[in-house]
Amino acid sequence: MKKLIAAALVAAASVGLVSAASAGTLDNVKAKGQLVCGANPGTAGFGVPDQKGNWTGLDVDYCRAIAAAIFNDPTKVKFVPLSSKDRFTALASGEVDVLIRNSTWTMSRETTLGIIWAGVNFYDGQGFMVNKKLNVKSAKELNGASICVQQGTTTELNLADFFRSNKMDYKVVTFGTSEEALKAYDSGRCDSYTTDRSGLAADRLSMAKPDDHIILPEVISKEPLGPVVRQGDDQWLNLVKWVHYALLTTEELGINSKNVDEKVKSEDPEVKRVLGTEGKFGESLGLSNAWVVQIVKGVGNYEELFERNVGPNTPLQLARSSNALWSKGGLQYAPPIR
Amino acid sequence: MSVGVEGRPSDSKVVFYNDPRIRSLFFQLLLLGLIVALFWFAYDNTVSNLRKRNIAQGFAFWDVEAGFDISQTLISYSAASSYGRAFWVGLLNTMLVSLVSIFFATILGVIIGILRLSRNWLVAKLAMVYVEIFRNVPLLLILYFWYRGVLGLLPEPRESIKLPADILLNTRGLLMPKPIFGDAFIYPLIAFVSTVILGAVLFWWARRVQARTGNRPNAGLFSTSMIIGLPLIVFFLSGSPLSFDVPVQGRFNASGGMTLPPEFVSLVIGLTTYTAAFIAENVRAGIVAISKGQTEASQALGLSHGQTIRLVIMPQALRVIVPLLNSEYLSLTKNSSLGVSIGYPDLVNVFTGTVLNQTGQAVEMVSVTMLVYLTLSLLTSAFMNWFNRRVALVER
Ligand SMILES: N[C@@H](CCC(=O)N[C@@H](CS)C(=O)NCC(=O)O)C(=O)O
Repeated sequence: MKKLIAAALVAAASVGLVSAASAGTLDNVKAKGQLVCGANPGTAGFGVPDQKGNWTGLDVDYCRAIAAAIFNDPTKVKFVPLSSKDRFTALASGEVDVLIRNSTWTMSRETTLGIIWAGVNFYDGQGFMVNKKLNVKSAKELNGASICVQQGTTTELNLADFFRSNKMDYKVVTFGTSEEALKAYDSGRCDSYTTDRSGLAADRLSMAKPDDHIILPEVISKEPLGPVVRQGDDQWLNLVKWVHYALLTTEELGINSKNVDEKVKSEDPEVKRVLGTEGKFGESLGLSNAWVVQIVKGVGNYEELFERNVGPNTPLQLARSSNALWSKGGLQYAPPIR
Repeated sequence: MSVGVEGRPSDSKVVFYNDPRIRSLFFQLLLLGLIVALFWFAYDNTVSNLRKRNIAQGFAFWDVEAGFDISQTLISYSAASSYGRAFWVGLLNTMLVSLVSIFFATILGVIIGILRLSRNWLVAKLAMVYVEIFRNVPLLLILYFWYRGVLGLLPEPRESIKLPADILLNTRGLLMPKPIFGDAFIYPLIAFVSTVILGAVLFWWARRVQARTGNRPNAGLFSTSMIIGLPLIVFFLSGSPLSFDVPVQGRFNASGGMTLPPEFVSLVIGLTTYTAAFIAENVRAGIVAISKGQTEASQALGLSHGQTIRLVIMPQALRVIVPLLNSEYLSLTKNSSLGVSIGYPDLVNVFTGTVLNQTGQAVEMVSVTMLVYLTLSLLTSAFMNWFNRRVALVER
């Protein structure tokens, strides 16, 4: 009997231990030998697997950048596709180490879900898509329209706000996944489909006849999208945050995957700090001092990621606009590495 | 010296912990205590873990403004209503779609179950094919089939199919004129209710007369004409207090009137066609369970085939069928949660979907949802048990 009680106590104590152990995400990731990254199940340009299971996208490349910083190998990532409504639970419960999946940074998400944003890798806003034949030119003309939307998103709430504040009527049809919402819109169930404008550009490409649809000019919300981690692990938060800043800083300094070997020899003190030939910035994150070299060699800098996945020469054809560096009139700004 | 329960002499010297009754009571209490402790441990652990991880908890969200809209609401609701109100909207939608589907699935299931036993080879085989198809295809595919494959092919609002009586049919659903009742509509309503009561009294009187004299006065024709005629006369006398709000074509879709949305219709058809296959099998099982001798005996008594089924077989078969129906009804109610995949705003879509996501309080939402389905199941079972006791033959 005494043994039984002892066993029960050990079991009870270990339940307590499990929750305490979740703090050291970096050690955990190193021990596992791979980063587990929550990804979009299928939004072109951000996160989408092809037939062979190869993932592409801006968000996906962010996961690879983190893996490159830790393991010097951008392929050491396991992608877990997460729908809008499952993503935050999956992160909070520890199923993924980081969530990079066009997720909007909002106050309530950060104050009630136990999660925290590490930055903004894409500044976006919500828009509407309509069929050209409706001859609608502005979202203000949508009075009385039926609108298809995906649940578990900020989209759902902005939509209600927009029609409330413009005193217009609408009918909402809410679906569990964006694929279902888009299919319903495509079959004529709704007059309009709404989500982040980057998402609209991506989803339009997956439709039967992309050219039949236009994206209306109005931007009805702020959607700062970025990587998210669990609260309570500042080391890990710092790591994800500074990987993002490293991607921006290298663009700013003109360091890219093609010239990084040259730049390592540079005498410029700022470049030396960033590339780890001076100072111990990598070690302070729990990484090697060549962490930025590893990132840039592995995936490139922010500009390369943008141009490769969503830029003007990709099917999405998105302009840099708000996502240009601050020095070029955009919002992307990294604090100094020093 | 007294005699113990099992007939052996009770030994007053037996110590209390050797008394089997006290022992069993002790172990039952111990088990109960352990279960309670386990639940308390799980609860306490969850609460403290959530707090440690800065995840909100509790039911304070219930009165907070929801901020999202719902496509089909039986009670008034807008984005300015509370999460709690959204819960009720979702629950009522779940109950509505379940009740309507149970109604149609029972009718269709009984018909197909009887047809499976038809002596007409082709009819029996067709019924069998129906059962095999709908029992073996996943419900989600059936829903997609009706929603996208059938109702999705309806014309767009501009090319609506125009049915008689100002009814329109298009991808947005079935749009019908909505009756608007004037204040004076109460008079024909009163006339109607009182004539129905009068008719019932007449019917009862006619039965008494029949029991006494053997001749039944024909009250039917009189009652029917009275029930139809009088309210109509009152209706016109009070100035026809009924008008219709007819749907009129707008820029996107007709507005006004009332709409039967395609999500609701697809879900009802999907749940009905799917569950009917299972009900048909239950009905067949119930009928087959009645021995052939019953049929032969009733035929020997000169009953027709229809009378045999209605008066002899069915009353006995129901004893087998009703308990089986109960479990089909329970699955149907639970299956209605697949409605989220075709945009039907049931409890799981609205509450466990959107509300859970906007508040992030998974533990609370999932517990409440489980409690709701448990309650619905217990209510259904209670009703079916009552019904079973009523229809069951009194056995000797
Ligand atoms: N940024 C919004 C919406 C993000 C979102 O879920 N976008 C949709 C449309 S692009 C999506 O990623 N859908 C993919 C899926 O869940 O299948 C949010 O964080 O709530």
